[in-house]
Amino acid sequence: MTDDKPDDPTPPDDGTFFEMSDRRLFLKQSLAVAGLTLTPFPFLKTAEPDSDETPVGNAEKVRFTLSVNGKKQQLSTDPRTTLLDLLREQLGLTGTKKGCDFGQCGACTVHVDGQRVLACLSFAVMQNGRKITTIEGLAKGDRLHPMQEAFIKHDGFQCGYCTPGQLMSAVSCIREGCANSEADIQEYMSGNLCRCGAYPNIVKAILDVKTGGQNA
Amino acid sequence: MKPFEYVRPSTLQEAIDLVVSNPKAQFIAGGTNLIDLMKHGIAAPEKLVDINHLPLKKIEKRDGFLRIGALVLNSEVASHKRVLDKHPLLVQALHAGASGQLRNMATVGGNLLQRTRCPYFYDRAFPCNKRVPGSGCGALGGINRMHAIFGVPVKPNPRSCIAVHPSDLSVALSALEATVWVLGPRGERQIPMADFHRLPNNRPEQDTTLSNGELITAVEIPDAVFPKHVHYLKVRDRASYAFALVSVAAALDIDQNRIKTARLAMGGVAHKPWRLFEAEKMLTGQVASETVFRQAAEVAMQGARAFEHNAYKLSVAPNVIVQALKIAAGLS
Repeated sequence: MTDDKPDDPTPPDDGTFFEMSDRRLFLKQSLAVAGLTLTPFPFLKTAEPDSDETPVGNAEKVRFTLSVNGKKQQLSTDPRTTLLDLLREQLGLTGTKKGCDFGQCGACTVHVDGQRVLACLSFAVMQNGRKITTIEGLAKGDRLHPMQEAFIKHDGFQCGYCTPGQLMSAVSCIREGCANSEADIQEYMSGNLCRCGAYPNIVKAILDVKTGGQNA
Repeated sequence: MKPFEYVRPSTLQEAIDLVVSNPKAQFIAGGTNLIDLMKHGIAAPEKLVDINHLPLKKIEKRDGFLRIGALVLNSEVASHKRVLDKHPLLVQALHAGASGQLRNMATVGGNLLQRTRCPYFYDRAFPCNKRVPGSGCGALGGINRMHAIFGVPVKPNPRSCIAVHPSDLSVALSALEATVWVLGPRGERQIPMADFHRLPNNRPEQDTTLSNGELITAVEIPDAVFPKHVHYLKVRDRASYAFALVSVAAALDIDQNRIKTARLAMGGVAHKPWRLFEAEKMLTGQVASETVFRQAAEVAMQGARAFEHNAYKLSVAPNVIVQALKIAAGLS
C-alpha cells in the first residue's frame, strides 16, 4: 500500500529557468573554482531531460519565477535573498512585516501554495514556480476577507505590526481544522507573537469567523 | 551572510556527489534552522545543495514498518491517517514542536539534524566548543538553566559541551525504536535512532554519526504495539512554541493493567534523545501504578548531574516521567 502525495508538481513549462544574469561576473568568479562550478552542470542537465533546468549561480543573481498574489513574476535576485526581503524590498509588498527575522515571531507569515510559512526562513530562489499569497492578496479588491472584517469587529490589534502575519496565520488555522475551540486557537496560533497583547480579541475574531461558517 | 552558490540537483546521487566533492557544501531542505544559522554567521556554506525536489516525499506502509521519506513535512506526518491511527506518539511530539508555520516548512530529515539552541552556540561573542572546537564552553560558567543533566562530564575539560538536542520528534522516534536510512558516497545504510545522535565527548561539533555527504532518505518505524497507551509530555517556559526544559515520550503495551513492554525517552536533558533503558526494564511485567512509575523515575534519574542553574531539572524530570506514564496508562 502506498498512500502518498505525488512528488512536487512539475514546474511550469514556460521556458523560465534559473540562470546567471551576469555572465561576466560569473566567469570572473568561476576562474578559481571552475572545476567545481562547471563540471556538475553538463551531467545535471542530461540526467533528467524532463525536469526543470538546474539553477546554477554563485552569489550572483539567479532568475526564477513566482506567482505572487495571482500574478506571475519573472525575478532575478541574489540567492541570499529571503522570500521576505524579496517581497518587501524588490516587489514593494511591505504588508508582510519583518519582526525578528529569525523565525520566532510570525510577523512574516505568508501562504506558499496555500500553506502558511515564515517568509524570513526561506530563500526566495527555493520557491521557484510556487504560488505566494501575502496580506495584499487576501482581500478581493475592495472587499475585505472575512478574517480582516472580524479583526476590525473584535479589535484584534493595537499597533498593528503583527497583524498581517496574524491574519495570514488565522486564515490557515481555520483551513487546517485547528480552530475548534479557544484552547485550540491559542495553541495553533502560538507562532504569532503580539507584543501589545491583543491575543484575547484575536482568538475571538478567529472563533467568530469559524463559527460564522465564513470561508477562510 | 557569506555568498554561496545555489544548486538544485535532480537525483540523489548528484546531490551526494556535490556535497562530497566540496567540504564546504551543505544540503538544504526546509531551511528553518540552516537559514537561521547562516544569518547568524554560524553556518557559512559555499554551496547550498537544494534537495527539495528529490523523490523523498512518500509515506509508505512496508512489511512490518511505516517508512516516512526524509522530505515529508512535519505537518504532513502529523496529519497522515496511518500515523494518526498507529503512531499517535509521533503526532503528539510533532504538535509539541515549533509552530504551525514551521511545521509546514520543516522536514523529517531536517528535524533530526537541527542543531542545539544553546544561546552560547548562537552568540559568537562567547566561546563554544560546538561552534569553534577547542574554544571552550560558555555555558559551563554561564547561564545554564536549559542545559544537560545526562551524559555530561564529571570533570569538565576544555572541549566539554553541555548543550541539549532540541528536537521533540527525535525523542518520540527514539522511544519507538525507529531506524534512520541514509545514502552516502559508500552506499546505503541504516542507523538505529539510539546510535544516530551522539554524546559530545570531546567532539561536540559532531551532533550525529553521519559522515560527510551522507543524506537521510527515510525514517522507518516498526509497526506499533503502542497505538493507545502513549503520551508525549513537554515542560517549557511558556505553554506553546518553546523548546523543552524537559520532555518525556512514554509508550506502554498494557494487557489487563500489566505492562508487557515500556518505552521511555527524554528530551531537553542530554546532547541526544535520552532513552531510559533501565527504567523500561524495571517497568516490564509490573502492574501499572503511580508507585511503580515513581520507582522507574528514580531508576531513570541515576547518573544525572546538574550545573549551577539547572538543578531544578533533577526534580522536574522524574515528575514529568511519572506524569507522562500516568497519562499513557490512563491513570491520570
